[in-house]
Amino acid sequence: MRGSLALRHVDAGSCNGCEHELTAATNPLYDLQQYGLNIVASPRHADVLLITGAITTRMAGPLRTAYAAMPEPRVVAALGDCALGCNLLGTQAELAGPLETILPIDLRIPGCPPTPAAIAAALTAALQRPRPAEGSGPQLSPRRN
Amino acid sequence: MPAQAWRRACLDAHAQGGQFGGLFASRRVPGAVQVRALFSTPAGEQLITCEAAERGVDTIVDAIPAAGWDEREAHDLHGIDFAGHEPLRPLLDHQQALEAWTVPTSGQDVHQVAVGPVHAGVIESGHFRFHVVGERILHLDVRLFYKRRGLETAATGRPLEDGIAYAQRMCAACSVANTVAYVHACEAALGCEPDEHVRRGRTILLELERVYNHLNDVSAICAGVGFAPGTMAYAALKERVQRLNHRLTRHRFLFDTVKLGTGSVTLDRDQAAAMRRELATIRHEHDSYWRELRFVTSLQRRLDGVATLSTADAVRLGAVGPVARASGVHRDHRHHSPRLLYHGFAAAVAPTSSGDVAARMNQRALELRQSFDLLDELLCQPAAHGGLQHVRPVSPIGIGRVESPRGETVCVIENDGGRLAALHLRTGSYANWPILAHTMAGELLPDFPLINKSFELCYACADR
Repeated sequence: MRGSLALRHVDAGSCNGCEHELTAATNPLYDLQQYGLNIVASPRHADVLLITGAITTRMAGPLRTAYAAMPEPRVVAALGDCALGCNLLGTQAELAGPLETILPIDLRIPGCPPTPAAIAAALTAALQRPRPAEGSGPQLSPRRN
Repeated sequence: MPAQAWRRACLDAHAQGGQFGGLFASRRVPGAVQVRALFSTPAGEQLITCEAAERGVDTIVDAIPAAGWDEREAHDLHGIDFAGHEPLRPLLDHQQALEAWTVPTSGQDVHQVAVGPVHAGVIESGHFRFHVVGERILHLDVRLFYKRRGLETAATGRPLEDGIAYAQRMCAACSVANTVAYVHACEAALGCEPDEHVRRGRTILLELERVYNHLNDVSAICAGVGFAPGTMAYAALKERVQRLNHRLTRHRFLFDTVKLGTGSVTLDRDQAAAMRRELATIRHEHDSYWRELRFVTSLQRRLDGVATLSTADAVRLGAVGPVARASGVHRDHRHHSPRLLYHGFAAAVAPTSSGDVAARMNQRALELRQSFDLLDELLCQPAAHGGLQHVRPVSPIGIGRVESPRGETVCVIENDGGRLAALHLRTGSYANWPILAHTMAGELLPDFPLINKSFELCYACADR
């Protein structure tokens, strides 16, 4: 799996900016696919869960379900400042809390929204990195496969 | 106005040609609920306000179907009953059973297909409940609001300037339209009028937003039928406009460019000329790709006659934006936008508006031509910050209306001495979501992605 990663996206309450830019990262000018990075239709086929948005109370459940459906080992990537818990706007009652209190974050891609170039750079860099050990915390484990 | 007079007042405003612009409620003090409805006429905005009794008010949905989602939202958020709106199905309230929010369907082989909230592609979250026989759709129930962040409530009580961030965060792809509607509402409440520089700057931003969105929509419709060359060609064109956005404003979605009381776009003569040249190149490429798309039979044959919205239905249901115009409705708020720079603007409507997916795709090309023309003219001169003039006394209510890439977006604010006492934003997407569901009846389930993309509505804009 070292040469490629299957990516699954879950919008957990974004403003749609991260979705536009993630889609743009697959356009001919960035072309994620040529690096072996493919967006797949189901979490069951995915190595990486790309999560966007301020996690809303209504999306926290579907997000956990998608994560639980993934085979192990799996990588959680927070895509954009909202998922990273930065400058969140909204009513407390509607938000479930920062992503890191819900799932362990392995990869952080900052930006509001991150540009397609930044998304492509972060994901291609992740290709070179070792896979996380099961149960490791928010940081990537140094274990090599 | 007392609750008994509410329905008559709304129906009268509607009968006199008032265009419905939203219905919403607010609960300022415990026990007192205000319900408001907005109608716009060429003479101006008419905001009807009613002190609702605890049991609520009479419905207007039988006469004004466009108020359907608004009444359901006001009920879920504030517990207001709308007598005569039956069943009053939950919209935001996700706690209730399936039977409470779906339309009952029965018959031989009728079954349901549930899709979402997480979709197979890179798509916003929302749930669709299709009632089908085989591949034929009988009815679609849309359940959105998974992305509800409570932005309107969170903005309440803050200084008017700070509200811009909340209006902007409602949706990235409509951020300029939403924030311009918001600052128009604030400036109306403050009794200010923008000067020509501010109007020019904001109009440039609005048209840049429309151009990259419409290019995105053509790409998305091609993706809806699996025609990759069209998808990629238009994705690349959209990317070029977003890079131009970045060059002008340091942001690909034009974030933080709309300010209260001032403009933000400055361009000297050379910079404006350089932007014009780049836009002319993009336009030229779009023209040549568009000609090619017209001759791709495998694409065009998939668009004709799919999900037709008749002119009568578009008017009756309150469709807005390119969707309405593709159904032959001559309605584009740019025609009546004195706070912006659209002299002599007329809505672009094709002579034969068939109201189907093909018409909605063609509508994007018609409007792209219009926006390229507008930008070419706007960029003939350098742009400066500019400012505002006080022309009227301060008022407690402000209303802003802007034509976003997806249709008319209306913002109503309550001003309490420079602070937001209430904020309501009704976007083009919010107006058109029920209409998308309406057009699905009788269509094929596998055509849903294509039809959805021909509307290309934002979930974030509706959920807020």
